Amino acid sequence: MSGSHTGDGDGPLVEARDLTFGYAASPVVEDVDLRVERGEYVGIVGPNGSGKSTLLRLLLGLHEADSGSAELLGHPARAFAERERVGYVAQDVTEDEKRMPITVSEVVLMGRFPHAGFGRVTAADREHAREALRTVGIEHLADRKITALSGGQRQRTYIARALAGEAELLVLDEPTVGVDAESVDAFFDLLDGLVADGLTVLLVEHDIGAVIEHASRVVCLNREVYFDGDPTAFAESDALDRAYGTNVRREEGGIVT
Amino acid sequence: MTPAALSAVLLSVPLVSAPYDLLARLVGLWSDGLGWVGERLGIEMLDYVFMHHAFLVGALIAVMAPLIGTFLVHRQLALIGDALAHTAFAGVAVGLFVNSLLGTGISPYVTAIVVAVIAALAIELISETTDAYNDVSMAIVLSTGFALGAVLISLNSGGLAVGINQYLFGNLSTVSRENAVLLVVLFAVVALVVTVTYKQLLYVTFDETAARVAGVNVPWYNRLMTTLTALVVVGAMQIMGVILVAAMLVVPVAAAAQLARGFREALLASVVLAQIAVLVGITLSFRYNTTAGGTIVLVAVAVYVAAVLAGKVQSRRVGDETPERADGAESSTSD
Repeated sequence: MSGSHTGDGDGPLVEARDLTFGYAASPVVEDVDLRVERGEYVGIVGPNGSGKSTLLRLLLGLHEADSGSAELLGHPARAFAERERVGYVAQDVTEDEKRMPITVSEVVLMGRFPHAGFGRVTAADREHAREALRTVGIEHLADRKITALSGGQRQRTYIARALAGEAELLVLDEPTVGVDAESVDAFFDLLDGLVADGLTVLLVEHDIGAVIEHASRVVCLNREVYFDGDPTAFAESDALDRAYGTNVRREEGGIVT
Repeated sequence: MTPAALSAVLLSVPLVSAPYDLLARLVGLWSDGLGWVGERLGIEMLDYVFMHHAFLVGALIAVMAPLIGTFLVHRQLALIGDALAHTAFAGVAVGLFVNSLLGTGISPYVTAIVVAVIAALAIELISETTDAYNDVSMAIVLSTGFALGAVLISLNSGGLAVGINQYLFGNLSTVSRENAVLLVVLFAVVALVVTVTYKQLLYVTFDETAARVAGVNVPWYNRLMTTLTALVVVGAMQIMGVILVAAMLVVPVAAAAQLARGFREALLASVVLAQIAVLVGITLSFRYNTTAGGTIVLVAVAVYVAAVLAGKVQSRRVGDETPERADGAESSTSD
C-alpha cells in the first residue's frame, strides 16, 4: 500500500490514485484518480456497466485493486478500521425480495453497532438512532416493519442508519432506483440539507439532471474518468456524449463504445 | 490425532470431572421436580425419567433451534441445517464404527458434533472460494454425509440393520442423563455465543455489504453461524432424528415471520412457537406412541398454518398500514 501522508483532520476523505480493477482481462475501472474533500457533494454518473458501483466498492475497501491505491479518511481502504465514520446505502435498498421481519428503528440502530462492538446498545445509542430518524423525517415510522415501507421511506431509513452512526462520509449507490418521482425530489432536498450541515456525500446516480442540479461536483465515468469538475461546466461539455457514446467522437482521448 | 480419538478424550474427561457431576445433578433435580409435579397432578407420562429428560432436551432444542434458525432462514440458508444433519449422521456412523472396531465407548453424538463442525467449516470454505452458497455444493455435502453414514454402518453390522432408526427418526426413550447433560452444554455454548455476537450476526443477516462496510468480519461470522448450526443440529438430532431436525430450524421461524414486525420480536415468537410444538409434540408422541420427531414437526406445521392465517387476519385489520409500494419502478441494471 502506498504511504499515506495525510492525517485525519484536513486531508481528503477519499483519495484514489491510478485505481485499476478488472474481472478477468478487461478492466472495469482504469487509472481512476479521485479526491473527495470534506464537505463536498460529488455525483458520479456514467452509463450502465461503466464501473460506477465497482469504483465505490473499491473506495470502500470491499475489493482489492489490481493496481493503484484507494484511501479512506487517510487510511488504505482495505485496512480501514474506523468504519463508523462511513455510511453506505446500497443499490438494492428499495427492493424487498427479502421478507425479513425487522422494524425501522432496529435497522437504524445498526448504525450504532460499530460503536457498541460487543458491548450492549446503550440509551445514548438509542437516542442517536431516534435523532437520526427525526433528521430524515420518518420518526413516526419507527415501529413499522421495513418491508411495509415505500421505496422512498426505506431509502430514508438507510440514510438514518448512516446518520445514527455519525458518519462523516455518506456513500450512496444508485439510491433512487425504484423510488417514485416525488420521493426522489424529496430525497435530493434531504441530501442538500445534510450537505449544508457538513456531511460529505459521494453519490452514484443514473439521473444526470438531478446530479447536475444538486451536486457540487460531477465525475463522469466510463471505465476511465471522462470529466471531473463543476456541474455547469459538465453540462456544457461533451463529456457526456463521449462517455455514453451517443455521438461517437474519437479525436480526444478514450475509446468510445 | 483423529477426530474420533480426540472425541474419546473429550468425552472421557468431562464424564469424570466436576462440571459434569454438577450438570448431572441439575438434570437430576429437574427430573425430581417434574416427577413431583406429575405425581401431584396425576400426569402419567411424568412417571418416567426418560420423559423428564425428553422434556428438558425438547425445551432446550426449542430455544436454540429457532434462535439459530432465525438467522439462517432470513439469509435464505435454510438448507444448511439439512446438509449438516446428514453429515452429523455420518458422524454417528463414525462413532459406532470406531466403537465396534476398537471396543471403545465413545458417544456417537460426540463424533457427530466433531464431523458436523468439520462439515460446517468445509461448507463455509466452499462458499468463500466460490463466492456463493450454492445449492449444488450443499446437495453434494448432504448426500456425501448420508452415503458415508450408510456405508460405515453397513460395514459395521454386515447390513443396515442395527439401531439406526433411532438416529434417523429420533427416539424419546433413549434420552439418557448423559445425553441431557450434553444438550445443556450445547445449549449454554449456543446461547452464550449468540448473546455476545447478536449485533454482528443481525447486521450480517440483514445486509451483508453494509455489514462489511461497517467493519464486520463477515466470513468469520458466517463460519461461526454454520458451526453453531452444526451444534444445534446434533443436539436436536437426539429426539428429532437426522431427517427432520432441520424442520425445527425453519418451521417455527417461518411461523414467527408471519406474526412479528421486528427481528427481536420474531426471535421471541419463534422460540415460543417452537416450545408449543415441542411440548405438545412430545405429549402426543407419548400418548399415541408415535415417533417424536415426526409428531413435533406436524404440530409445528399446524402452528405455522395457524400463524399464516393469523397473519392474514392481522394484516387485513391494519389494512391502512399496507405497503405503499413504489410502482412502475423496475430496478435498473447494476454495474
